[in-house]
Amino acid sequence: MSDITPALIGGLLIGLSASLVMFFYGRITGISSMLQSLIVRQKIVSSNSFTFLLGVILGAASLSILMNIKIEPPATHPAIIILSGLLVGYGTALGSGCTSGHGICGISRFSLRSIAATMCFMLSGIITVFVMRHLI
Amino acid sequence: MNALLYLVFGLLFGLGLAISGMTDPQKVLGFLDLFGEWDPTLIFVMASGVGITMLAYYFIFKRSPILADDFTLPNTKAIDKKLIAGAVLFGIGWGLYGYCPGPAIAAMSYLNTDTFIFVAAMLCGIGIQHWQAKRQDQE
Repeated sequence: MSDITPALIGGLLIGLSASLVMFFYGRITGISSMLQSLIVRQKIVSSNSFTFLLGVILGAASLSILMNIKIEPPATHPAIIILSGLLVGYGTALGSGCTSGHGICGISRFSLRSIAATMCFMLSGIITVFVMRHLI
Repeated sequence: MNALLYLVFGLLFGLGLAISGMTDPQKVLGFLDLFGEWDPTLIFVMASGVGITMLAYYFIFKRSPILADDFTLPNTKAIDKKLIAGAVLFGIGWGLYGYCPGPAIAAMSYLNTDTFIFVAAMLCGIGIQHWQAKRQDQE
């Protein structure tokens, strides 16, 4: 349970970022919406999204350089990786949000839609891992 | 000014994801593995993330945003089939490999080929949904 401190600090920074975006720009911090705005090209929104996402990459990069950590994703068949990516992209676009937009921002403003969505993707994620690890 | 602020906010977000362990799919899958060797630590990411955001939003919503005329918030209220189906499909994808959109983007910084394959497929998934929605609109 020694990982609790980084989990709490990490969550705090994520929440701080989402709060600052709302404070300055009045917007939800939803990563899937930002990715969508890049694809459908909504002038101003997409350039801000691009800058934010660039920051996300640089933020994670700076930690891995400073602490010299290298995280490898689990060895997985490419077909599963592609299927997973397609489902995450398609599902978040159809369901208007992901872990950040629904899970952090939506719950924080007591949106019933986001609470329902979060329960659904948590549950289907848990069932999927159960099937992949314990049934197959 | 806007670009600089968004870059800084993005940096905070990416740093938070990396510190929290969310960019490690093994850890995420361990968190979703409720019926195996369950690793509950990521609950604390959600708890502190939602905790501070909820508190901050409470005060922020009392006035207008600093650099925008008004709040731009989703105003859909209905819990419809699209929302539920989308969330369920997203959850399946999340459980297959352990990446949700933010952590996948952040993890590109670790320069693993598989992460780029995932992100490319994710963008395709978004594209397919938009194309489908557009076609349905035209019918």
